[in-house]
Amino acid sequence: MDDPVEVRVVSASGVCGSGFKESSFAAGLARNPHFIGCDAGSTDPGPAPLGTGKPSFPARSIKRDLRIMLKGARANGIPLLIGSAGTAGGKPHLELVRDIVLEIAREEGLSFKLALIHAEQNKDYLKRRLAEGRIRPLSPAPDFDEGVIDRAERIVGMMGEDPFLRALDEGADVVIAGRSSDCAIFAGIPIRMGVDPGMAWHAAKLLECGAAVAVERTNPDSVFVTFGRRHFDIEPLDPTMRATPQSVAAHALYENSNPYRLVESSGVLDLTHATYEALDHRRVRVQGSVFEPAQTYTVKLEGAELVGYQSVVIGGIRDPYIIRQIDSWVARLETKVHERVADVMKGDKAAEGYIFNVRLYGKNGTMGPLEPETEIRSHELCMVMEATASTQEIATTIVSMARHQALHLPIPEWGGLITAVACIYSPAYLERGAVYRFCVNHVVEPADPFEMFPIEYINVG
Amino acid sequence: MAKLGELARLIRSKNAGPFELTFDIMFDDEATFKRVCDSHVLNAELIARLYNLSANQVQFFIVPPALAIKASIPRPRFQGDVLDSDGHGGQQYAPLIDIEIP
Repeated sequence: MDDPVEVRVVSASGVCGSGFKESSFAAGLARNPHFIGCDAGSTDPGPAPLGTGKPSFPARSIKRDLRIMLKGARANGIPLLIGSAGTAGGKPHLELVRDIVLEIAREEGLSFKLALIHAEQNKDYLKRRLAEGRIRPLSPAPDFDEGVIDRAERIVGMMGEDPFLRALDEGADVVIAGRSSDCAIFAGIPIRMGVDPGMAWHAAKLLECGAAVAVERTNPDSVFVTFGRRHFDIEPLDPTMRATPQSVAAHALYENSNPYRLVESSGVLDLTHATYEALDHRRVRVQGSVFEPAQTYTVKLEGAELVGYQSVVIGGIRDPYIIRQIDSWVARLETKVHERVADVMKGDKAAEGYIFNVRLYGKNGTMGPLEPETEIRSHELCMVMEATASTQEIATTIVSMARHQALHLPIPEWGGLITAVACIYSPAYLERGAVYRFCVNHVVEPADPFEMFPIEYINVG
Repeated sequence: MAKLGELARLIRSKNAGPFELTFDIMFDDEATFKRVCDSHVLNAELIARLYNLSANQVQFFIVPPALAIKASIPRPRFQGDVLDSDGHGGQQYAPLIDIEIP
């Protein structure tokens, strides 16, 4: 059990599609890694990628990154693991990335066995698990019932490490997975090769963000980890970037609510006793991280539902007399808009439940009601008028009426017709299309780690 | 007295998933980190007051290896909801900058 092990891993970048230096990645390959991994997903771009089925990074930039990774993996005969394909990891995202991979293989004359691991969930399956009491909320969570499952545009499960390992066991050279735990991409192989799970999951948490572990991450880039059985060493592959014990420790804070305990499907990574030691001015050794296996295996769900269609008008307000009474001016505007909608849309059921919202930049556009500054010190305000409704046509109708109401909404200081808003565009409105909301923050207790994540194989080339 | 913004190397806010918001306050050196921790000015109660919450809704952490203080709260609006104003949660830390530390 205490035989020495050494496992080497290169993570190409923090997000597939955000880029990395070819020279950094090549430096990683030159060290003979056991596999290449790259996370491709996030909820950070909001609910739109999950709702619309489109990735947040352009297909061209995903293709650029994948081409370099695929060629590197095939030239070195090592597995390539991509998690959370196409940002949200649903069916259309996986299909888009599959098509990119097939296109690259054709262009480069590559042949390999490709595994596609599906993560978009069958609605009947979710309803069954819900009825069995095997779906429960995390905190905070929106309400969840059969209606939410029906309304959702798409719900994905976040897979753990097991489906990746099964795909490799079944002969895959390249694994493109739908929604996955960012860390699961990197943790499975080292654990199987004998690395302590605490160290494997901790390194995975760093690897999935690429060069973000550096003191100053000058650009998205590759990072390298070398494992022993009970430690790992991490370093950025760009020689101008460096990691320090503080920068590595600090990374556990990033986008996590709890810096000591990170929850995965198969357990919890506990960093309470992790230690960080500088090996030199740019490499750090980590030890002491602990993985507590879960009593019950859980899979986190992410879902998005359609809210409606949105149109906006953006304009500037420079008149100091309007600015000094902006709150009452906006209140009057809102009243006028609601009156106009009631008049024009009378009896139209589709118009019911619309939302008209005004954002004021220069006042509290960024923080809304939490803004502690009450005094406006700007000489101009940016006003964003936003209408969200059941159809695009209704949203545009509302925001167009709002533009006209706002333009000429009088103030007592001036006699005669005023024009109160400087509109930027003609037409003044922008149609934003469908808008979505996250509608799930729950976990499922599946019968095993595989049932939610069917694997499909393609012999490429 | 000094403002937290002058003492910290970095104050930032960010989504911790679509439903939570997290604040990281990081320091360059042990002495400044200790000064801020020992002042006990920064705590769950203060974060709760600034973000209109009750203290039991705030998770608060001291992270010595990172020379960092961290707090996490439920998002004021779920990320991307119609009335949300900060999709990445990246600009919600401004009220922390002016906190006075003895």
